[in-house]
Amino acid sequence: MALDQSFVGRSYPPTAPYEVGREKIREFAEAVGDANPAYTDPEAAKALGHPDVIAPPTFVFAITFKAAGVVVQDPQLGLDYSRVVHGDQKFAYARPVRAGDRLTVTSTIEAIKSLAGNDILDIRGEVHDEAGEHVVTAWTKLVARAAEEA
Amino acid sequence: MTAKTAYDDVEVGTELPAQTFPVTRATLVQYAGASGDFNPIHWNEKFAKEVGLPDVIAHGMFTMAEAIRVVTDWVGDPGAVVEYGVRFTKPVVVPNDDKGALIEVVGKVAAKLDDNTVRVDLTATSEGQKVLGMSRAVVRLA
Repeated sequence: MALDQSFVGRSYPPTAPYEVGREKIREFAEAVGDANPAYTDPEAAKALGHPDVIAPPTFVFAITFKAAGVVVQDPQLGLDYSRVVHGDQKFAYARPVRAGDRLTVTSTIEAIKSLAGNDILDIRGEVHDEAGEHVVTAWTKLVARAAEEA
Repeated sequence: MTAKTAYDDVEVGTELPAQTFPVTRATLVQYAGASGDFNPIHWNEKFAKEVGLPDVIAHGMFTMAEAIRVVTDWVGDPGAVVEYGVRFTKPVVVPNDDKGALIEVVGKVAAKLDDNTVRVDLTATSEGQKVLGMSRAVVRLA
């Protein structure tokens, strides 16, 4: 069943702050096998002009996708999450995420399309720090594949 | 932000050093834990096949994290990345052996933009299949 177009433009309340820890960044950098010292050594990060270790570019997805859960699981929207695959992902950074950040995410439904029985949902997550400054915007396209014929 | 690559030293068509990233089942378990994405299609072969996949597949976000390393290793400062976007076109299939799969990534400068930034177009393949499409990063150079 096609998703309700009236949800386009709907924004959800900001999430509670996510506190970015040095060790969580280290764990993520190790998981992707990236030895760049800017992720683990505060002195190396400072030498590049950052106040503390920074996170790899895609680190923030864990935070924005969790925030997008309010959209994905909105019973009124009625997305069938068991059929969802990740279509596109994009980030635009005002600055890198860094240790010590307390980040909130505001999720907005940017577009809903129906194509060959697939539901396509575009969600924008605006990420702000504790001072209210914009850090990064994440765009996530989810595709709910058409249900098979019964 | 202190990039080690100078804007004046690159041209449209400049190739970035290519890299190959291995991914095994163990890599996927580690990434699941670090990212919080425990979808069983990334670690449970039986489940993956039940939902129509050929085998366990890598997290798309894992592949996206690897591909940008071609750019961040080139510029030195990962904080120099201004924009990064991809389309997930094909899954990276990861067999249950000690070799796993390989993700091969090449990149080249596609455009020189304002404010010392360039657009890099990336191509990521595994087993000869393109696994990321429309894969582009904008990065600020020195």
